[in-house]
Amino acid sequence: MEIFNHNSNIHFLGLRKFSVGLAVLLVVASIALLVTKGLNYGLDFTGGVSIEAHYTQAVDTNGVRDTLIKGGIEDPVVQSLGGTRQVLIRFQPKDDTHNPPKDGKVNLDLVAADVSKALQAVRPDAKVVSRSYASPQVGAELRSSGIVAAIFVIVGIGLYLWIRFERRFAVAALVTEVHDVLVTLGVLALFQREFDMTALAAVLAVIGYSINDKVVVFDRIRELFRLARKAEPEEILNRSINSTLSRTIITSLFTGIAMGALFFFGGPSVHVFAVTMLIGIVVGTLSSIFVASPILLWLGVSKKDLMPVTKENPELARRP
Amino acid sequence: MSDFPRWKYALVAIAMVLGILYALPNAFVPLSAVQVAATHNAPVDAALEQKIVAELQKDKIAYQNITLRHDKAKGDNILIGFANGDLQKSAADALKPVLGDDYTAAFNLESTVPHWLQAIGARSMPLGLDLQGGVHFLMRVDQSDVVDKQEVRYTEDITALLREKKIHYTSVTRNSVHGKGVVVVLPTEADRKAASDEIATSFPDLDVTNGPNTGDRYVLNAVVKPDKLRELAQNTIKENLGTLRNRINQLGVSEPLIQAQGDNQIVVELAGVQDPTEAKRVIGAVATLEYVAGLGGPGDPATQDAARTGNIPPNAHLYYGSHGEPYLVSKRIIVSGDELVDASSGSDPDNGSPSVNVSLNSVGAKKMLDFTRDNVGKPMAVVYVERVTNTKMVDGKEVITPKITYKVINYATIQGVFGSKFQTNGLSSPKEASELALLLKGGSLAAPMDIVGQSVIGPSMGKQNISKGLDAVLLGLALVLISAAIYYKLFGLVADIALFFNLVILIAVMSMIGVTLTMPGIAGIVLTLGMAIDANVLICERVREELRNGSTPLASIRAGYEKAWSTILDANVTHLIAALALTTMGSGAIRGFGVTLLIGILTSLFTSVTMTHAITALLHGGRKKLKTLSV
Repeated sequence: MEIFNHNSNIHFLGLRKFSVGLAVLLVVASIALLVTKGLNYGLDFTGGVSIEAHYTQAVDTNGVRDTLIKGGIEDPVVQSLGGTRQVLIRFQPKDDTHNPPKDGKVNLDLVAADVSKALQAVRPDAKVVSRSYASPQVGAELRSSGIVAAIFVIVGIGLYLWIRFERRFAVAALVTEVHDVLVTLGVLALFQREFDMTALAAVLAVIGYSINDKVVVFDRIRELFRLARKAEPEEILNRSINSTLSRTIITSLFTGIAMGALFFFGGPSVHVFAVTMLIGIVVGTLSSIFVASPILLWLGVSKKDLMPVTKENPELARRP
Repeated sequence: MSDFPRWKYALVAIAMVLGILYALPNAFVPLSAVQVAATHNAPVDAALEQKIVAELQKDKIAYQNITLRHDKAKGDNILIGFANGDLQKSAADALKPVLGDDYTAAFNLESTVPHWLQAIGARSMPLGLDLQGGVHFLMRVDQSDVVDKQEVRYTEDITALLREKKIHYTSVTRNSVHGKGVVVVLPTEADRKAASDEIATSFPDLDVTNGPNTGDRYVLNAVVKPDKLRELAQNTIKENLGTLRNRINQLGVSEPLIQAQGDNQIVVELAGVQDPTEAKRVIGAVATLEYVAGLGGPGDPATQDAARTGNIPPNAHLYYGSHGEPYLVSKRIIVSGDELVDASSGSDPDNGSPSVNVSLNSVGAKKMLDFTRDNVGKPMAVVYVERVTNTKMVDGKEVITPKITYKVINYATIQGVFGSKFQTNGLSSPKEASELALLLKGGSLAAPMDIVGQSVIGPSMGKQNISKGLDAVLLGLALVLISAAIYYKLFGLVADIALFFNLVILIAVMSMIGVTLTMPGIAGIVLTLGMAIDANVLICERVREELRNGSTPLASIRAGYEKAWSTILDANVTHLIAALALTTMGSGAIRGFGVTLLIGILTSLFTSVTMTHAITALLHGGRKKLKTLSV
């Protein structure tokens, strides 16, 4: 079975002004979104309020959650703390509709009182036994280590491509990579999906996934350059994209299928991860086809840069 | 294909068998269990076992088994297995009031892996906090200790400064009210002015104000500025977080969550900790050593007299050793734990008994040198000071009392003059030595910390996550398998076999290394499954291309694998770099995901290239006149 015509010869590079223009537009839009709307950081990054409540009779966590939502606490996370009578409630201070933070300061006593009131309205046996507020300091730590990891990835991959391929390939891959990450983040900011630790992991995994995609095309470009007698860069690049097109799309579909399964059946804790991956797969696939090669072309890739380095053989040079 | 070497077939076969064997333990669901252990020295014996059985029967809570385990290292305990988490919960709730303060009843898991599998070292992956629950600690940092240290420091520093600047002073003392700084008393107004200026310029962190003057007592108050105190408090939390991280890392707990809460609390969540008592001991105990002059061993009449009558000489403390024997030691501390730089456990080169090798900083080393120079041949005692917190309910309120226990762990004659490096002997077991070294090396905390809350996170949420995670993995696998088989026919089926074994080997490797499985880890597995097929897509597309170019089937297979290999390698190395970065991330959940991805990339390289090649060679190699390929 074949979905794609193996003789396809779509002139992708002919579209380069349009496709790269669109990519630049998307990046600008994403940056604008990230600046204006920003990411909807989750508890992992922002810290938050956590309240421990004890009941004298058994209670179930879903019931507590519903009670809290009715009592004016938006989007609380309720966890059982061992036994059936202790729950841990966590939420963002801004989600307490009665006492949202004033001037960025959280009045923990008022927030805890709201929770207590909400719980006791339904279950008089509820008692808030401890209340705490997590500082955003840990989130800052997490964010900075995320940035460090991203830089590590970009530098590491750049170096590898530089050594294995050539400088222009490294630059083209990295520029496209930055595009992929920014656009993925931009989409997350647009839909205000909660950005938690798993989303950060997914963004870093997207880097890995999409670089994988680019390398496959680059590999073909190198191969075709070496084989071709008369190497017209534009034609070689176009041929490379076309002959890897089937693979690019099939692999994306397969990975997409797996992520779809994770999204629909993996439960809420991996939702954001699956969504981020799916966005990243779409963005990465498109940029592999439409963005990476035009950049490579503009950087001026040529056959002689890619020929395997032949050692100077004095023996051969002396021969007539 | 004759060019496929025989040893590779063998390698593939061995990998398949080992993969299945070492992945197998994960199929045995552990029993939900309750572990009963003593908090102090209460007996854990058959009588206690009967008490538990009686209570469970009274409440009609069915249990699967009950075992009394004698464990020298961790202390005796009783493990009761239950069919499900609900029974486990009810049992823990029922047992807690019966057992009282002397025992803990904590959630635990009981392995059901058959003995023959355990014998070959196969074990199941430990599950993270989100999959099985775990321990949750709330610690409070004693910030008043920070203020104390600052005030003591400034008292000394101001005294030194005044002496250096030759300013006459009557006294320099800490204010009797805690947190009110240092009180300097000077004989004249002029002296006070001079002292005030000097202190203000030398110590910009102090607020200096004039106090009341009576007769020839001119008072100067020096208080640490509130900003500085706030900064110190934040640093204290940061330092304590770091120390806790070190201690917990050394416990071997993966994916710990250690988080500051407010300005004086720290939350610790330990996923996969089976035994909260040990974690609590290591986290909660603030242990330090004090080196003091020994004034009398257990055999000394003076010591025996003091122990019997309670009349302790004014310059001495009466402490006891690990076997309850009394010692008299000097009140003057030679060197204390915060002057300690490093401690490592080892064995005494002379008699092989467990010992701790200690290094001191220069200040400590100088003090030790001064003391030992004058006291060779005299006894020196090492006192182990441990701070444990007890929580009691009084009138419905929690009353927390820190309990400080002193134990003489070593009482020996000073053999020679020493300074920065020496050995502490007399520890009863290598475990005790390593635990002590660990606690000391973990660093003396910037401020003492007490556990003010401890809970065990219920496994019900974990159960739900496990079943959802399993669904996602199986469904993702099934969908990819079906799609590959439809799209690439026989080659797709071969890739399917490899993909299935990729999952098996990935789980086997994770189990062998002991990677803690978390939800992000499961997401990593699903992602690996989706991406592992990529290598096969590359190979199949190559084989198709070669066929289209008119190569014979066998040549196409060979060329397909050869040409695809360099692409697969480049693609996977770059991907590996990304996974590596994920594993270096500080945060627990992301690291779990990264480790899974990293192992997944490596296993998929093997299964999707070597394994499929072997199967393909097996299928097509014998048929010389192969006309078509099903790809």
